[in-house]
Amino acid sequence: MSDNGRVRLMQGNEACAEAAIAAGCRFFAGYPITPATEIAEILAVRLPQVGGTFIQMEDELASMAAVIGASIGGVKALTATSGPGFTLKQENIGYAAMVEVPCVIVDVQRGGPSTGLPTLPAQGDVMQARWGTHGDHPIIVLAPSTVRETYDLTITAFNFAEKFRTPVILLSDAVVGHLREKIVLPDPSEIKLEERKAPTVPPADYIPYRADEDGVPPFVPVGRGYRYHMTSNMHDESGFPATNNHAVARSLMERLHKKIEKHLDEIILTEEIATEDAEVLIFAYGASARSAKAAVKLARAQGLKAGLLKAKTLWPFPAREVKRLAERVKAIIVPEMNTGQLVGEVERAVRRLPVDVLPLNRYDGLMIPPDDILAKIKEVI
Amino acid sequence: MASATFKYLRQNKLPHIWCPGCGDGIIVGALLRAIDKLGFSKDETVVITGIGCSARSNAIIDFNTFQTTHGRALGFATGLKLARPELKVIVITGDGDGAGIGGNHLIHTARRNIDITTILVNNSIYGMTGGQYSPLTPPGSFATTAPYGMVEPAFDVCKLVAGAGASFVARGTVYHVRQLEELIGQALAHKGFSFVEVVAQCPTGYGRRNKMRSPAEMMKWQRDHAVTVEAAKKLPPEKLKGKFLTGVLHREDRPEYTEMYRQVIARASQEGGEE
Repeated sequence: MSDNGRVRLMQGNEACAEAAIAAGCRFFAGYPITPATEIAEILAVRLPQVGGTFIQMEDELASMAAVIGASIGGVKALTATSGPGFTLKQENIGYAAMVEVPCVIVDVQRGGPSTGLPTLPAQGDVMQARWGTHGDHPIIVLAPSTVRETYDLTITAFNFAEKFRTPVILLSDAVVGHLREKIVLPDPSEIKLEERKAPTVPPADYIPYRADEDGVPPFVPVGRGYRYHMTSNMHDESGFPATNNHAVARSLMERLHKKIEKHLDEIILTEEIATEDAEVLIFAYGASARSAKAAVKLARAQGLKAGLLKAKTLWPFPAREVKRLAERVKAIIVPEMNTGQLVGEVERAVRRLPVDVLPLNRYDGLMIPPDDILAKIKEVI
Repeated sequence: MASATFKYLRQNKLPHIWCPGCGDGIIVGALLRAIDKLGFSKDETVVITGIGCSARSNAIIDFNTFQTTHGRALGFATGLKLARPELKVIVITGDGDGAGIGGNHLIHTARRNIDITTILVNNSIYGMTGGQYSPLTPPGSFATTAPYGMVEPAFDVCKLVAGAGASFVARGTVYHVRQLEELIGQALAHKGFSFVEVVAQCPTGYGRRNKMRSPAEMMKWQRDHAVTVEAAKKLPPEKLKGKFLTGVLHREDRPEYTEMYRQVIARASQEGGEE
């Protein structure tokens, strides 16, 4: 075979699992939940084949805890869930953000609220992914819209997690997760992997939370001679609690946010289709970006100047990219399979610009048909 | 005595934050002496805690130490132990942290028989939040949230954990500190999930609401109500009424989880390994 088996018919969830292996993930802890279960099932088979560990924990809380525990041990770790389970993981996701432990959490979104529409797609967890855990915290959220993107963004998620010592959420959905598409897997030699930064000083000089210029402190796995303490309480550079020191609290909060904000150019991933001369812009992500792409094609065939800004990074929000394009268009249509979550961020990004922001929402377990987006485009042009 | 434990303390993190008369320091002392006897190195030893008074124990001891979320220490410990089976993983928890909010993790970690030692400090109360009842608060006693007396029955947490599959279960008290050190030592040396409940006093959160104002009174209560498993065998049932058993309550040899999983890896690599 000339393609070395790299041309595959693959499901989104399968692409996620295979990409995790390719990214060097060697630990998965999870709990069964539709429509994410395939990721666990595939990794239960695949991880031990490559010397890794799979465990089905007693609940979602423990699986998030185990993922963080494994990562503290120096192993790249993943968990996968859907809305209700994602809710249960939130406390420990906040822990990972606070103590700066790299890990990747996949949320294959389904219809909510609550148990909602267990087998049907939605994009209702966009705000949960950003704000689900309590307190202000930085987070990176990536959203694939195709099987290949699921593969690529899973690897990116691990790279960001390692590089910035942060939890990264891959926000998939029941469409993308269960969809089967032909994909050409990248040659392993083309995959660039990041590893967490190790300290350059001996144990005696190691200050666990003293960050380098990039805002990220070097990390040593447990049991390598660098003994340290981790606490989710507000802590100083030594890693010990400092819960009555306002200067320490302020400085840690600022650093946690800045280590992400400093790297927006690298973290914000978007794709543009036919935006050069567009009069109407569609801002879309995930499953809805598929509909939006089809709508742009339909519109262009009819001579309507529509373009697409597809966000692969949802958080931090690509405000600069939206604003840049907003200066050139009459209106921005924001199709979402929820009651309107990222549309508020789009509005915030374009405030004071003479552009209409038009939400287009669906929350009944069905995708937004391209024709509905096309109709909206026609309303504007 | 001092020399054996002082080398394991982070001197710059002292004094500890516990109330005068708390049992936690005595328990940590017993743990440190047990570790010293077994010769665990500081680098290979990990102490994971959740939230509560007992959880604060690991800030002052010079191992790899992690304070995690309330009740979830065993989840973190399981992930770490699976990722790094060569490490000695110890969890220190309390009656609220371990048997309340973390109860599900406690039984399942016991069931897996993963090689983690858990020390559960049972002071009958949520101490850090100021004296609320826990699943181990004795019926009839008083707490800020049981102002008319505790109406819920308490777990026998040792029976619970043994029933769930722990392969080593013991109970000690703060008063019987030599026995405690010995029990913790056996637990640490045991291959599999080992569990030590330590009956402890909380004069601040429990004692003063339950007619035991002084720590000494509470420790005398431990002295007067603890019966060793060996002694209990020779006593008629009426003499055991109102008493609790101490010593090794359960021990069995059962396959340890990380070793079982290593066999899974061996089978999987033979059958379908691509790399």
